[in-house]
Amino acid sequence: MTPIDPTPKPRRNAELVLLVLALAVGIGANALVGVDRQKAFDTDFWFQSGLLTAAALAFHLILRLRAKYADPVILPLVVGLNGLGLAMIHRLDRVGEDTGNNQLRWTLVAMAVAIAVIWFLKDHRILRRFTYISLAVSAVLLILPLVPGISAGEVLGASVWIKLGSMTFQPGEIAKITLAIFFAGYLSSNRDLILLAGRKIGPVQFPRFKDMGPMITAWLVSIGVLIFQRDLGTSILFFGLFLVMIYVATSRISWVIIGVVLMVGGGFVASKVFSHVALRIDGWLNAFTPEVYDREFGGSRQIVEGLFGMANGGLVGTGLGQGRPNLVPFANSDMIVASFGEELGLIGVFAIVLMYLLLFTRGFRAALGTRDAFGKLLATGLSFAIALQCFVVIGGVTRLIPLTGLTTPFLAAGGSSLLANWIIVGLLLMISHTARGPVDTTPLPPGQEPDLKSDTPAMPPKPATAPARSARTSPDAPTEAVKHL
Amino acid sequence: MNQAIRNSWIAAIAMFALIFGAVSYVQVVGADELKANAWNKRTLLQNYCNDRGAIIVGGKPVAQSVPGSDSCQYQRSYAQPELYAGITGYFSKNYGLTGMELAMNEQLAGSSDQLFLDRVGQLFLGNQPKGASVELTLDPKIQKLAYDLIPDGQRGSIVVSNPKTGAILAMVSKPSYDPNLIATQDADAEAANITKLNKIPGINLNQSVSGPTGALLAPGSVFKIVDTAAALNSGKYNKDSVLPNPAEMPFPGIQYKLPNYAGGNCYTRDKASFAFALQQSCNTPFASIAIDLGQKAIEEQAAKFGFGETFGDQLKLEMAKSTFPSEPLDDAGLAQSAIGQRDVRATPLQINMMTSAIANGGVQMKPNLIKALRSPDLRILNEPKPEALRTSTSSEIARQITEWMTSVVSEGIARGAAVPNVEVAGKTGTAELGTGLNNSWFTGFAPANDPQVAVTIVMQGVDITTGANLTSPNAKKIFEAVLNK
Repeated sequence: MTPIDPTPKPRRNAELVLLVLALAVGIGANALVGVDRQKAFDTDFWFQSGLLTAAALAFHLILRLRAKYADPVILPLVVGLNGLGLAMIHRLDRVGEDTGNNQLRWTLVAMAVAIAVIWFLKDHRILRRFTYISLAVSAVLLILPLVPGISAGEVLGASVWIKLGSMTFQPGEIAKITLAIFFAGYLSSNRDLILLAGRKIGPVQFPRFKDMGPMITAWLVSIGVLIFQRDLGTSILFFGLFLVMIYVATSRISWVIIGVVLMVGGGFVASKVFSHVALRIDGWLNAFTPEVYDREFGGSRQIVEGLFGMANGGLVGTGLGQGRPNLVPFANSDMIVASFGEELGLIGVFAIVLMYLLLFTRGFRAALGTRDAFGKLLATGLSFAIALQCFVVIGGVTRLIPLTGLTTPFLAAGGSSLLANWIIVGLLLMISHTARGPVDTTPLPPGQEPDLKSDTPAMPPKPATAPARSARTSPDAPTEAVKHL
Repeated sequence: MNQAIRNSWIAAIAMFALIFGAVSYVQVVGADELKANAWNKRTLLQNYCNDRGAIIVGGKPVAQSVPGSDSCQYQRSYAQPELYAGITGYFSKNYGLTGMELAMNEQLAGSSDQLFLDRVGQLFLGNQPKGASVELTLDPKIQKLAYDLIPDGQRGSIVVSNPKTGAILAMVSKPSYDPNLIATQDADAEAANITKLNKIPGINLNQSVSGPTGALLAPGSVFKIVDTAAALNSGKYNKDSVLPNPAEMPFPGIQYKLPNYAGGNCYTRDKASFAFALQQSCNTPFASIAIDLGQKAIEEQAAKFGFGETFGDQLKLEMAKSTFPSEPLDDAGLAQSAIGQRDVRATPLQINMMTSAIANGGVQMKPNLIKALRSPDLRILNEPKPEALRTSTSSEIARQITEWMTSVVSEGIARGAAVPNVEVAGKTGTAELGTGLNNSWFTGFAPANDPQVAVTIVMQGVDITTGANLTSPNAKKIFEAVLNK
């Protein structure tokens, strides 16, 4: 256990300084992008920059009021990434396209929602009482894109979109959060049970078959996403999320082994049975053969063009607005990392990847610091999800692994992804607030107690039994501080 | 639990280490290899603002570099843009190069080895680099005539060539477009224009998948030339052979029956000579030949005419390969393939090359678009000589087929192509598209005893009458123009 600082410091002023720096990066990039088109400092630019600055400062103020011990690095990192994304999307907009402003609108909405989450939720531990509701919500969110009438049909080979009026939305992005809440809630309640039973084979203790239930569920969800939504990336993301959470809950490597075997097995069968998986793999392995390159669906043109762009960028890049990232299909969404690689070079991409690295590291730090098992699991799951998502996307773009349709968090154009990732940031900030704040061993106030039966809401809690119950049943009590697992 | 969180973090860091490695590889280590890749348009575009050589037709430039703006010294400009777009292609900053601009880029940009001495000279004299000019074999009058023979709004292609040399005299298709709109240096206008151009019904700006060199169309009855050549080549048939000519050809075990062509006089006989079968374009005689000889024989003869093969090193333009199915067909499938339906696909240029081979005594010449390559000081750098590509048939067989094709024009259904006092050989085709509309073909040459010109016309998506009016009579006009009658 990391030693706890005897006098916790809020460090909000440090955050403000870093935030100004982050805004300078994002807004500066946006100005550079416009220079070439003689519209660097037009009214649009000032309006957009003003909005982003106002939103970032508002977020900062809310943290001062509601979560003053929150990690001071997370918000500036995310604002910086989001600002860079806005600049690049704006730069890639062709005439008549307005993806840049649309992305800004979504950024503001997403930040507002994240602020609301922090303001109204107050404490992440409350989420634990929504464990099974989260599971139900996840199921609904994942089924929505397949429901006729709501579904936006098959877009670019995947059925992951729904229609909301004239807009489209990817509910799977939100499902990433609700699934993490479910896993965290379920595993923090049942980890003892899963831990105790099991058969030892060699040095590795394997779980009982009946404890495999959640693993099988997670596997089925992932395979379901792969088969019905044809979305390989999300499938991998969900399963990776679950694996890391069950590993953290049990500290048993055997889970990871079983999980990886299941995933590889499922993936292998899927690549034989489903053409979309096979095409992805073919496009990855044989990217430079003409038949694969020219194939209309699932061809490798996108990835090869992205590689050309990055190669063109070289070490220092062409400079913002000076390259030709528009030669790459989906330059502002799936392939935005290639666009950055071309214009900002190896140095720029390294900087961006380092920002992600710092971001998820701060998330893991919050997981280490917080004292409740639920918070630890949730923070680890969400942080690992960010890392895994970056790995799958950037690895796909650089042809390290097959390219799948995941978005680059905060950079890529897409409202659903922004919304989900900003909510994740809100949750991580709240968890880091409890992690870095003064040790608070008091249980949640009565009425907020997760395990309190809700069938007697009108009755005042009995003074004689309430403390006893919380001591007995609440895993939120500082078990970690004494158990040192 | 905290140890497991730390381990998960290490796993995430390991993934990011892989990302750093992959990005470094793409942007630095493997960058040179990616830059040298033939598909990489970025490298080609680095010379964007230099004085490029012109593309010349009939002594006048159809594509040339004219003085541009301060930031970019030269600007590409196209004369009679729609007329030559399919051959010149475009030279665009953001959308790359196509057509001759791409195929001859080394020479036009002046980076070819042939121009090495010029480059050294320019270096010492301090002149701007200047590229070589490419003079095309096209005849501007014939090109214009052919283009105007395709009505606006009609999709179609015409190829006119000299069968003895392989020189292409005209090659046009509609819909066409104005490459100036894409070559503009105003990036915003360029983007808007390309969006607009791509909305023209039936257009594809990529010459390798559309137009005479790229559109893969069902050839219909013009494919019967292949059957005839295969039949004569097999030794099982000769000029006096009597072919079965039933009104319908049944196949064992299935409902489908192959009908005879309804447009001619096929129904008048149940036995036919080659001459009659070709004149009236009867289906069943050729279906029975194909079934008798077997799929392999037809496929081999098709390959001898160029199906599935390349067209030599003189055409320069990218082209699509015509196809005859190689996977085993049942009798019904083979019968349909023998009359150029089902999965048989050919480009207009392929049909023209096949016709030229018959005209040239069975020897197919390399199709050629380049008359001469000239250095900036107009010195001739290279003048391609006519070269034989392959032998398609023996000269006896070619002579025999010529005789029958002549009778198709003099007595058969291609009478519209007849030119007074000139012997014209020809063959029509009507490939059903399954929508009630057809691809209507004419291919032929004249004079039959000393061929000077081969003409191939295809009109896509027309009814029988329109097709008949737009093919043979138009061929006549082209024959007359080329032969000065």
